[in-house]
Amino acid sequence: MKNERMIIVRHEKLARDTHLLMLEGDLARDIADPGQFVHVKIDGFYLRRPISIADYDPLNDTVTLIYKVMGNGTKALTRFQIGENLDVLGPGGQGFPTSQIHSEHVLIIGGGIGVPPLYSTAKKLKENGVAITSILGFRSREDAFLVDEFRALGEVHVTTEDGSLGRSGRVTDALPDVKDNYQHYLSCGPTVMLKAVADLLPDKEGYLSMEERMGCGIGACFACVVESKDEKGYKRICCDGPVFKAGEVVLA
Amino acid sequence: MNLSVNLPGLNLKNPVMPASGCFAFGKEFAQFYDLSTLGAVIMKAATKERRFGNGTPRVAETASGMLNAIGLQNPGVESIISDEIPFLKNHHLPIIANVAGSTVEEYVEVAEKISPHVDAIELNISCPNVKEGGVQFGTDPVLAKEVTRHVVEVSHVPVYVKLSPNVTDVVEMALAAEDAGASGISMINTLTGMRIDPKTRKPVIANGTGGLSGAAIKPISIRMIHQVYQAVSIPIIGMGGIETAEDVLEYLLAGASAVAIGSANFKNPFICKEIIEELPAVLARYGFSNIMQAIGGAHVEKVETPVLRS
Repeated sequence: MKNERMIIVRHEKLARDTHLLMLEGDLARDIADPGQFVHVKIDGFYLRRPISIADYDPLNDTVTLIYKVMGNGTKALTRFQIGENLDVLGPGGQGFPTSQIHSEHVLIIGGGIGVPPLYSTAKKLKENGVAITSILGFRSREDAFLVDEFRALGEVHVTTEDGSLGRSGRVTDALPDVKDNYQHYLSCGPTVMLKAVADLLPDKEGYLSMEERMGCGIGACFACVVESKDEKGYKRICCDGPVFKAGEVVLA
Repeated sequence: MNLSVNLPGLNLKNPVMPASGCFAFGKEFAQFYDLSTLGAVIMKAATKERRFGNGTPRVAETASGMLNAIGLQNPGVESIISDEIPFLKNHHLPIIANVAGSTVEEYVEVAEKISPHVDAIELNISCPNVKEGGVQFGTDPVLAKEVTRHVVEVSHVPVYVKLSPNVTDVVEMALAAEDAGASGISMINTLTGMRIDPKTRKPVIANGTGGLSGAAIKPISIRMIHQVYQAVSIPIIGMGGIETAEDVLEYLLAGASAVAIGSANFKNPFICKEIIEELPAVLARYGFSNIMQAIGGAHVEKVETPVLRS
């Protein structure tokens, strides 16, 4: 993990309250797996903001983040311009272990701002010869992003809560539409969604990426703890996760 | 410049240490710098049994600070002794164990077990985030005196009592600790606070209340140390919102003999190391040729210098 001032090379709005931020710096070369995150400092705000890595290119030293405006900190982040730099700590946590997923077909299930880390994950799996089917859930059409990018990787099912794009409902409502020939599923989104997905797919091997408010982002403060089923009894989302095997943690 | 300070049980090569709960047991920060740079380390609180802590969210940002309600999550005293302390011992720096509990018996048992393995104890009678014990001992001078006396009796090393700012008269609490045989005071713990989310109309932190830390609380801590320094004759380890070497100097002038850095470690994992490196220049800039001249300097000037003074 390193602390680096990264240069903003792209910064644009993708969907309602959703922005793409491409950063350049050495940190790109340290990313071990897709699904890791960076911890971004925004001037005037006390705590860093954990943002998942949507894509990365170690050859060109770029890291792409897609973030949602959730409050004043992320709102302030939208005002940063190309050419300015940001204090970034990372890469943090354990991503999706793509090299260990020996599967012919993987189902990707992303909800809202949980979609971005699944993008580089799906790309990596596709490079490894894995067929990808994706279910992407958003609140409405205005909130949807990366749909075309996922289509370039395989079959995509979109759900929106108001039915303005794709199927009306939640990601779990699209599960019956997907041919049951996948061996693994990878999911990221709100904990309630992860729980619903894991409960519906008890016989598949799955990996879940969790989100939580963080303090340090390096495992020292114990702010982002989730109960686990092992002897130790807990996992730290920032460093033991954010990606866990389904069944490893208790999804309350 | 010589930054060394000698306190009961603690020969500090510099007065800067990470505060309890903000540094776990050091492993996570060892990837960023050599821990032997630190004056000492204060470990995360130890209780008798392992504790899972509170529900999440456990942290929330505030203006110039943060609220936390972790809830003393820790693996229990036995595990800390066998699995955590050996790692810190390899770095050859004084180790301070933060001891917590919900009854006098628990405090005593934890202190008795852990004290042979460390250089000093920080008696945590001020955690605002647990349902039982903790701060109730830190807001009542009679209870504070009782628990301190019992812990001092069994401890193999000097005991520093960590005071809560959530009291009307902090001096009364400091005097109770001193009377009970404490070798030092550490102050302050966090201030109880709350944030409410307008969307849910509920507190942001799952525990409801949380402890406020960060730059926002520094003036309160400075004021309390300034008061306590005049009342007690035991040394003070000062903490609360330190982010720069100048902040450290302010603490020394108020009366702290050493300082701990807490929440700032979350923003900048290198903060302790950077402040240690900057401290000599800052002391020199304000006319000090050694650190001892600065301690308590707001009360009795130990060095006369016209530097930067009008």
